[in-house]
Amino acid sequence: MGWYNKRLAKSIWVFHISGSPCNNCDIEILDLLTPRYDLERMGIKLVGSIRHADVLLVTGIFNQKVAPKIAHIYKQAPKPIFVVAIGTCPTSGCCFKDSYNITAKREDVIPIDLYIPGCPPKPESMIEGVAKLVEVLNG
Amino acid sequence: MSTNQIPVGPFHPLLEEAEYFNIKVEGETVVDIEMDIGWMHRGHEFISEQKTFTQSIFLVERICGICSTSHPIACVHAVEDIDNIDIPLRARYIRTLIGELERIHSHLLWLGLAGHFIGYDTLWMWAWKYREPVLQMFEIISGNRNHYGMMRVGGVARDVDPDALPALLKILDEIDAKMEMIAKAANDDPVLKSRLKGVGVLSHRDAIDYCAVGPTARASGVKTDVRKDEPTDAYDLVDFEVIVTQAGDVYDKTVVRLLEIMESSKIIRQCLEKLRSVSGPIVNNVKEISPGEGIGRYEAPRGEVFHYMRSDGSNRPIRHKVRAPSFVNIPTFTASCKGIPLADALITLASVDPCYCCTERAIRVVGHAEQAESIDLLRLSREKTERIRRTIHGA
Repeated sequence: MGWYNKRLAKSIWVFHISGSPCNNCDIEILDLLTPRYDLERMGIKLVGSIRHADVLLVTGIFNQKVAPKIAHIYKQAPKPIFVVAIGTCPTSGCCFKDSYNITAKREDVIPIDLYIPGCPPKPESMIEGVAKLVEVLNG
Repeated sequence: MSTNQIPVGPFHPLLEEAEYFNIKVEGETVVDIEMDIGWMHRGHEFISEQKTFTQSIFLVERICGICSTSHPIACVHAVEDIDNIDIPLRARYIRTLIGELERIHSHLLWLGLAGHFIGYDTLWMWAWKYREPVLQMFEIISGNRNHYGMMRVGGVARDVDPDALPALLKILDEIDAKMEMIAKAANDDPVLKSRLKGVGVLSHRDAIDYCAVGPTARASGVKTDVRKDEPTDAYDLVDFEVIVTQAGDVYDKTVVRLLEIMESSKIIRQCLEKLRSVSGPIVNNVKEISPGEGIGRYEAPRGEVFHYMRSDGSNRPIRHKVRAPSFVNIPTFTASCKGIPLADALITLASVDPCYCCTERAIRVVGHAEQAESIDLLRLSREKTERIRRTIHGA
């Protein structure tokens, strides 16, 4: 799929779903699209439907109510789709790992390709993460 | 006419958080609205009871990323209330400074999202562009853009560097100029006026009946503000006004928030000036918390946030209860959304600045489906309050 990935890397369309976050990573993702960071100049665009997306951004822990819905959305996505987990929550569970409502293994819900830790990660580190993804896609 | 149901969510492109609305319409008119929440439920109160008092401040900061200092402030107020702990004057000013900076960034964030909801992305880009300097001020003070980690029982965790004050004041001047411009532009804008005026009216009576708090109540003419009603920190030492408007529509909620930004900036300026002259410690060392209970209140950007802590003399709270402002503001949807066109419903839903992350700490399970309606949540919460009261008084 090398040729496909290279075409994908030119302009990544992202779809964003929040598991059970504290909202902060979601706000920082939106912040990336506003004039200070303006990711659209690099062809990265937030789209309204998973069926248009090349990259899926997930934030927050997955609680037991939201996990099946996230798995469902992943199923609807046209493959290949790359899943980027943003924030400490999907990476390690942050301070919620002792919660009774968390799904034990996130990887059982959806496969995650790239983790960007931080609480919340700074926009610069999110850009770096996406840049790394582009690098990988370009081979 | 037959009633149709329109499902919105849980992952709707417009909504940042996972939330689900079932809007019942007859033709174009909304006749009823049902909410299903619990997508964000993480069990904060349970986790907090496993942590020490200092650790739970870190935890409550992560209840919500937008009002991420209101919860810690209310939480430390609750702990301080148990033992009547005094905090140093400098710490009081720093707490007020952080709280008000957060109010500016939260209101600007809402303004941008409101623009996004009505399809007016220019306003979104504008508001968020001018929100960046506020985040920069946070970065100067605390090192992080969000989640500042500034609160500590008995004071604050970090001092404001005196050398940074001129830089902070300079950024504040910039923000002031921009805010004046944006307020004037929003005020003159025919698009905003025609889209928001008279939409989703929450009457004065309804605001009182639904116990609305914060800008939602103040836009309907209810003068309620914890900062004035029960001043904590430095709010009795600074000069500011409570903004109240009468119409109760979405436009008035916008106006209240815009004017509150100006008031916040006034408070921040006074705090920064005071921080030049007031010196001294920033934290009183607290060795132990005696058995007892305490409450903490703070006026978050969305309204009153309330924390309750009970201690048995150990280093952990044995009960921690949180009531977030959106919890009482969200049920006002049922009053303000009925009878309006579907196109206006979403902006009306957004107008109370709902924060589901703050709200969702209760789910009721009926049969196989998890259902949580606002009325049930309210009733459950009242029952729980009664139960706690009974156990305390031993009746």
